Amino acid sequence: MCILENKLAFAGMVIIAMLVILALFAPLLAPHDPYVQSLGQSLIGPCRDYPFGTDEFGRCVLSRIIYGTRISLVIGLGVTTMSTIIGVVLGMVAGFHNGRLDEIIMRVVDVFLAFPGLILALVVAGLLGPGTLNVVIALTVVGWMGYARVIRGAVLAEKEKEYIGAVQTFGAGDCYIMLRHLLPNVMTPIVVMASAGVGYVILAAAGLSFLGLGAEPPAPVWGAMLNYGKAYLQSAPHLTIFPGLAIMITVLAFNFLGDGLRDQLDPRMKNLHFR
Amino acid sequence: MATTLLSIRGLTTVFHCRQGQIEAFNNVDLDIDQGQVLGLIGETGCGKSVLGMSILRLLPPNGVSRGQIIYKYRDLLGLSPQVMQRIRGAEIGLLPQNPSASLNPVLSVGQQLMEGLRLHRMIKKEKARVAAQTLLGCYGLRGFNNRYDEYPHQLSGGMKQRVLAALSITGKPSLLIADEPTKGLDGVARNQVVALLRQLTRETKMALLLITHDLKVAANLCDQIAVMYCGEIVENGPVGKVLVSPLHPYTQGLLASLPENGLHPIPDYSPGVPGDIQGCRFYPRCRYRQDKCSCQTIKNKRINETYVRCLSASEGREN
Repeated sequence: MCILENKLAFAGMVIIAMLVILALFAPLLAPHDPYVQSLGQSLIGPCRDYPFGTDEFGRCVLSRIIYGTRISLVIGLGVTTMSTIIGVVLGMVAGFHNGRLDEIIMRVVDVFLAFPGLILALVVAGLLGPGTLNVVIALTVVGWMGYARVIRGAVLAEKEKEYIGAVQTFGAGDCYIMLRHLLPNVMTPIVVMASAGVGYVILAAAGLSFLGLGAEPPAPVWGAMLNYGKAYLQSAPHLTIFPGLAIMITVLAFNFLGDGLRDQLDPRMKNLHFR
Repeated sequence: MATTLLSIRGLTTVFHCRQGQIEAFNNVDLDIDQGQVLGLIGETGCGKSVLGMSILRLLPPNGVSRGQIIYKYRDLLGLSPQVMQRIRGAEIGLLPQNPSASLNPVLSVGQQLMEGLRLHRMIKKEKARVAAQTLLGCYGLRGFNNRYDEYPHQLSGGMKQRVLAALSITGKPSLLIADEPTKGLDGVARNQVVALLRQLTRETKMALLLITHDLKVAANLCDQIAVMYCGEIVENGPVGKVLVSPLHPYTQGLLASLPENGLHPIPDYSPGVPGDIQGCRFYPRCRYRQDKCSCQTIKNKRINETYVRCLSASEGREN
């Protein structure tokens, strides 16, 4: 079965593709400048000129959501990439060099996991100050442990297999074995985790910016839009409904993709298929 | 007189376990000449494979070897891990025991052959591809151009064995350790492997340490036979002597248990790995046993060209 036949995963991929296009061509696709204020037109409901209405400063909500896609995707992909790299490196080293190094790395993982994730991210983001890069760092600090654990487990199981021993007898070194032979064999769970993880990271980033940590105010950030909109929840609900929908659809899309990939890559879930 | 390639003296390997030290084999002496085929035979669990891995120093972390493994005037046990890594594959190759599990499932056969070639012969990618295809062709994978890009699960067990054979000699080693290459194969495939190994040793003048419990394969291929029982070499001599007129009661028992010799098994089971047995390890199962066998360390005795570890062995004694 091809992953394209999985309807939900396909829908997820289409949505993600659309989000990427929105982010790349935001200046062309946005109907208005997301930063230009026109106080005379504040808090207008959805209409022909402003499909998603305007906020308290008269800025176009649709344009701000479109520009917000850029920040959300950069944070989502950036955090996931960095977490994966850190997790894979530490997990591989821990799993391959069973012993003291393994103990040290895995106890560090335990310590990080013992903190409530979002609170630790709040502390780190608060210490580093506002800015997209700092949000990425904060969320990476709390996001890499899962990858390290999964990779370590997979490496522990994989390195006992005979082909690893065979490669050793052919004269290969440790680094070579890890990169060339172990990594491709343990990537499957990581691909699944990372694709669903992007959605989780975007949600967490929205949470941080809702609390005022993240990119500085004029920047169009989905979480911050929710925060400003909540004062007008009764008089202008479009200020919260549309950014909220944007977050929900994005997270759902990544989750669908992750589920689809898992079904695809886990041999037990797959129908037998011969070439 | 051929020069000695590998000379093992007093090699003992133990594993440190929760139950204490467990001995895999004890005080093993073994010599392999250049280009010689030495068969190491013995029953399951007697320490044959561990001996092979001890030579390559690829024991699990809790395994420790003592003694001397002199390879080309160097003691392998004294070398640094980096130097040892360079010896693996390039000087001493291993043909792994289980062909279907010994290839990386996510890399194509050609890729795996190529990396061996590039590592050992320092050649460029395009050249390595050609060389890998030639190797596959030499070792009997017909239509090798199609096989080159296939993955291990698309090959049969016999084909994988050939790929591994090609892989294990990419570094042109002077000594190949073949760990039970015929295990689990049917008659046809076994004959193919025997032919393959013979081709390997003839063409490359490579010495071969053949670890097996298949006496027929050993008789077919080997110049010299070492019989291992319970972690000790009990008899070591030319194939024509050891398999025709065996001196040690264990070797005699092994031969008598072959179907064509009447299928007479040796009574009882192998004791596994004994702790500190004084005297002969085969004592409990031996039909020539005497009281003196159980209370003294049995020394190697030389009778003609054969070394035998038995008190009662003598030239004239036959079955």
